[in-house]
Amino acid sequence: MSTGFRTPMKIANGLGSARSGAHHFVVQRITAVALAALGLWIVWIALDMLHMDYASARALIAKPWNAVLMLAFVIAAFWHAQLGLQVVIEDYVHAKGFELVLQIAVKFACFLGAAASVLAVIRIALGT
Amino acid sequence: MPVAARPLSPHLSVYRWQIQMVTSIVHRATGIALSVGLLLVAWVLIALASGPDAFADVAAFCKSWIGMILLVGWTWSLAFHFLNGIRHLWQDLGIGYAVGTFVRAGWVVLIGSFVLTALVWACVLTRGGGA
Repeated sequence: MSTGFRTPMKIANGLGSARSGAHHFVVQRITAVALAALGLWIVWIALDMLHMDYASARALIAKPWNAVLMLAFVIAAFWHAQLGLQVVIEDYVHAKGFELVLQIAVKFACFLGAAASVLAVIRIALGT
Repeated sequence: MPVAARPLSPHLSVYRWQIQMVTSIVHRATGIALSVGLLLVAWVLIALASGPDAFADVAAFCKSWIGMILLVGWTWSLAFHFLNGIRHLWQDLGIGYAVGTFVRAGWVVLIGSFVLTALVWACVLTRGGGA
């Protein structure tokens, strides 16, 4: 690689450790632990909702504890999904431009999904 | 400089299939499937916030044959990703790396995922899908 007249220090500056290398790994595990518990809960809720009409299904989610756990679930789940999909794209998509577009699209989609779900839970809980 | 046809080291194709490869690949595949499944969760919540008509649309989708196939797939994906995720968390603690234990844990996850799926759908079928 041609570096011209730049010194090794000039090249290395700003490219070293940002002290955040393990951040992705750690957040993926923390959301995983949360989702292990919340995943069981969401199956329970889904089975409960099976034989419900609209009014009772809405009342089920509107219960304070269920509303709080549902908020925790959608935030943890969309966050965990973004982290996981990011790694899959990094590993398998090798076309630079396409990879960038996909990464940003996944981040936007996960944020929109989480935001829409959170707003919906708040509306259900507050009855608006 | 020509960049054509550089030799690659032997990869997936030269190895005999073993349980470790299956759990690794399926964990990623089920993760992608569950990411799509989250859209259904969002749809249900938005429908509940919107009103009875929107809720009826989701219920109709879930009761259609394509909806049922997807729901069974998502149930199994969740069961597998859940069990295999716990195996990964366990291994992140440095536990279970002896070859015999490692292989056995993989089989427990794979078989357990089908057992959990069967349990959930036994609940669905005995309770009946009203909606």
